[in-house]
Amino acid sequence: MEFTSRRYADFVVAVLVGRVNHTNSPGLTEALAPLLEAPEDGVRGIVLDFAGVEYISSVGLRVLMIASRQARAQERTIAVAALQPVVGEIFEISRFKHIVDVFPTVRAALGQYSRPALAAYDGPGGPAGS
Amino acid sequence: MKRIRFWGTRGSLPVALTAAQVRRKIVAAVRGATGRVFASDADLDAYVDGLGVHGYGTYGGHSSCVEIDTGGGEYVLCDMGSGARAFGQATLARHGPAAPQTYHVFMSHVHWDHIMGMPFFTPAYIPGNRVHVYGGHAALEEAFRRQQGPPSFPVDFSAFRADIDFTQLEPNRPHDVAGMTVTLMRQNHIGDSYGYRFEAEGRTVIYSTDSEHTLADPVETDAFVEFFRNANVVIFDAMYSLADAISVKADWGHSSNVVGVELCQLAGAKQLCMFHHEPASDDDAIARVLDDTRRYEQITRTGKPLLVTSAYDGMEIDL
Repeated sequence: MEFTSRRYADFVVAVLVGRVNHTNSPGLTEALAPLLEAPEDGVRGIVLDFAGVEYISSVGLRVLMIASRQARAQERTIAVAALQPVVGEIFEISRFKHIVDVFPTVRAALGQYSRPALAAYDGPGGPAGS
Repeated sequence: MKRIRFWGTRGSLPVALTAAQVRRKIVAAVRGATGRVFASDADLDAYVDGLGVHGYGTYGGHSSCVEIDTGGGEYVLCDMGSGARAFGQATLARHGPAAPQTYHVFMSHVHWDHIMGMPFFTPAYIPGNRVHVYGGHAALEEAFRRQQGPPSFPVDFSAFRADIDFTQLEPNRPHDVAGMTVTLMRQNHIGDSYGYRFEAEGRTVIYSTDSEHTLADPVETDAFVEFFRNANVVIFDAMYSLADAISVKADWGHSSNVVGVELCQLAGAKQLCMFHHEPASDDDAIARVLDDTRRYEQITRTGKPLLVTSAYDGMEIDL
């Protein structure tokens, strides 16, 4: 699993690629930790771009649940976006759509939460402009 | 081992269909049959079978009680939930009261829904019968005696005329009982529970109910995978959705369909049988969970297919 993140105004977009399974889920916990440990930095939320995620196991979903709980305690948001069809089914079957907000695209998620973040994402420094 | 028979499959509390629920099933079945011609009983049976358990019957019913038919002359039971009453009546109908029988009962734990069938287990009142109760808990006998003490029940434990004994088994080592090799493993549940691995004649059955898998500890997960390894059937506590099991119902001591599939896939088990159904779920909800779980197995499969079933009272699995 690969994990990269980039800040857009008051949101962070984290891009995951690969399979999130029993073996590498601790790596996801470690990757998310720095994003959840600095509530004073002005970040209001994290959008996880799942377009490159082929599979996520129950352990991986539990990592998201704990991260979501931690973010809520800091009055932040965690959302997941761009699920592949199989991963969307996993979210549906596990009823995980009741745990975190799910959006069809990263843009839709940012548009829901933060206009400045969406503008930055759509701007020259974002994926479309870079 | 020849087969598994389910006498009680609901979790926490027995559940009965209401008249309104029965009526809805009948209306749906009649409506579905409108315009059809059933030329034979076989045609009619095929139509009824096509309705599914939730359509023509119910996931019921009694609380936990599962029989393992060893093919030998002695009975083997997992848990003494309310299904034990029907099981006891069936053995009496088969043998009559005058032919002494031996019953081996393996207890996951002694919470109320798993012992409530004992006061109604008629063979326990008949002299000459032998009831051997096994479990991992030291308080096994105390729990059975206490539920029949005043003011909870009008018939004291001393009214039993069968020979009843209690044996605390040591976990994580094999025990020879009724021609089987039996191994138990401690599980995560309030007050602990024990899962059982039954092995005989090249067949393996796992009975693992009232067990929460926190997923936080890979060592614990690996231990369960080894316990389930290559089982023919894993009877598994799938009471909640994964989302509920790890959030609002975390630490309630139960697991989910999703975790059941994952553990069985990792263990190379052949069949996952979902068990200990949430009493708040109606038959349609349990049927939806079964469909969802079969789909989940399909989209996450990396090796051989895992057969997914959902237990109901009266169901049999040939081994």
